[in-house]
Amino acid sequence: MQNPFDTAERKAFRESVEAFVAREIAPFANEWDEAGDFPWELHRQAGALGLFGFGIDEAYGGLGFDDAFMRMDSGVTLAYTGAGGVNASLGCRNIMTGPIAKLASEEIRRAVLPEIISGREGGALAMTEPSGGSDLSRMKTRAVRDGQGWRISGEKTFITGGMKARWYVVGARTGSEGFGGISLFLVEAGSQGFNRTPIKNKMGWWASDTATLHFDDCYVPAGNQLGEEGLCLLAIMENFNFERLALASGCLGMAKRCLDDAIGWAKERETFGKPLIRHQVIRHKIADMSMRIDALEAYLRAIAWTMNEGEMPAAELAKVKVLGSTTAEFCASEAMQILGGAGYLRGQAIERIYREVKVMAIGGGSEEIMRDLAVKQMGL
Amino acid sequence: MKILVPVKRVVDYNVKVRVKPDQTGVDLANVKMSMNPFCEIAVEEAIRMKEKGLAEEIVVVSIGPAGAQETIRTALAMGADRGIHVTTDAIVEPLAVAKILAKIAGEESPELIILGKQAIDDDANATGQMLGALLGWPQGTFASKVEKDGDTLKVTREIDGGLQTVSFGLPAIVTTDLRLNEPRYASLPNIMKAKRKPIDAKAPEDYGVDLTPRLEVLKVAEPPKRQGGVKVETVAELVSKLKNEAGVL
Repeated sequence: MQNPFDTAERKAFRESVEAFVAREIAPFANEWDEAGDFPWELHRQAGALGLFGFGIDEAYGGLGFDDAFMRMDSGVTLAYTGAGGVNASLGCRNIMTGPIAKLASEEIRRAVLPEIISGREGGALAMTEPSGGSDLSRMKTRAVRDGQGWRISGEKTFITGGMKARWYVVGARTGSEGFGGISLFLVEAGSQGFNRTPIKNKMGWWASDTATLHFDDCYVPAGNQLGEEGLCLLAIMENFNFERLALASGCLGMAKRCLDDAIGWAKERETFGKPLIRHQVIRHKIADMSMRIDALEAYLRAIAWTMNEGEMPAAELAKVKVLGSTTAEFCASEAMQILGGAGYLRGQAIERIYREVKVMAIGGGSEEIMRDLAVKQMGL
Repeated sequence: MKILVPVKRVVDYNVKVRVKPDQTGVDLANVKMSMNPFCEIAVEEAIRMKEKGLAEEIVVVSIGPAGAQETIRTALAMGADRGIHVTTDAIVEPLAVAKILAKIAGEESPELIILGKQAIDDDANATGQMLGALLGWPQGTFASKVEKDGDTLKVTREIDGGLQTVSFGLPAIVTTDLRLNEPRYASLPNIMKAKRKPIDAKAPEDYGVDLTPRLEVLKVAEPPKRQGGVKVETVAELVSKLKNEAGVL
């Protein structure tokens, strides 16, 4: 089908990202995942390509424009490799540069953003705590005033990109209970009282660095406070909307890969004297996968168009994230079933995607929280 | 120095092409098209020369259907300065391409023309050499290294026996081999900038070149399907099979 929203620039960007992924990521996806790491150079290459600069002014190293379709296309293309861990570590900065661009002082914006957007340095958003993730209003990490600055105490966990980042956008309670008492701070790795430990033995995303962060009276200068005290979660809600667009796009890429690999295998593999693809039971699976993928893609495009028109369809972004992760989960399961024993082997994309669909259903707002939010956003 | 870089739009190297049922060619309907990889290397080499201060302007030319404009835009997004699109839906053979390029060289007066050694669609490997003959310029084909020393160009060529180095004066022609460089990816900021770079729209008639093919395609067929091999027990059996059955010894 044709995409009514496509333009020459979007196509050119998509092809550039495809070529980049095919040459620089796909051949190493398995090796990096097994090693639990990938070379930092890839961050720089992805930065040079322009993957990290959407919606951020050129003065701070950004692109100077935004385009939800290009965000979507790059999310799809990167996820299609099935190198979820690599994508997570590359992309995690995109959920922390927005708050800096929006809330930080001019001095910090100029010092920090170009480093992160170019991929020279890493950045991570630190919200989830050992005692809770989705329910941010009960955040326990505290920041108290100390002279010209703040002292932060508490713990953050499941922080993607958390072992290698140089800067962290950290949520901490500065006031009363609930959403209204939370402020944001920029914390630099190496600050006194700041420590990080790696989280090992993840089910997926092996190539990505995930951390628990420890703040032990960690001193932060007053200038590193982002935005007004107590108003920050409201201010970064928009940021979560972009995260949902990225995650749902990633789910679309994963689902597409599942379908393509399943079709490839079904054409090749013969059972009962004919290729799998000639068996009705397999053909129906392919129809089921394909129709869900088409629906997800069409939904995402309508959302991207709406976002480009200047609206923020928060309910739809919550719903599309659920549609995304459920579609990816369905397609991964069906593809695995079609691949049979071959799919069960480590070292190929479908096996990795099958393990990694769960993080898409949990991270960036769980499916349950997304459904609640969607209905709330629908005014009910 | 001005560098002219001709680029060709071809079937993407990842596409598995299928022969049309009537055997007149390969099926190009809904097939992904890209810049010929050797042309990408040519564009990259020109950009590197410009980045080193050895060139001031890079002009890319493509001769082909409307879609070839996209290929020119890709070159502009990589870093070329402007484009010339000679629009035609006709089949253009290397000789016709070389004749048009010779006319463009006359108008643009580049000191260097860098081309891909061949295009991955018909693999003719002829345009650069024909252009050299038409212009009477020296050529360094199959280049794996290009160095400029004053008015002299030193080109390392990949030949069957190894590497050969040739030196010659400008203006000149270089055709690129695979190992000359690794082309960059067009970055998003540069894709957006490329939108504003000019592309001159031309037609073959503007150059008075007759595109009529000199070659006739009789038939395009799939290569024969590979047969299963046999396992041999001993070296003696292998030698015997090579001698008596394969007839290669």
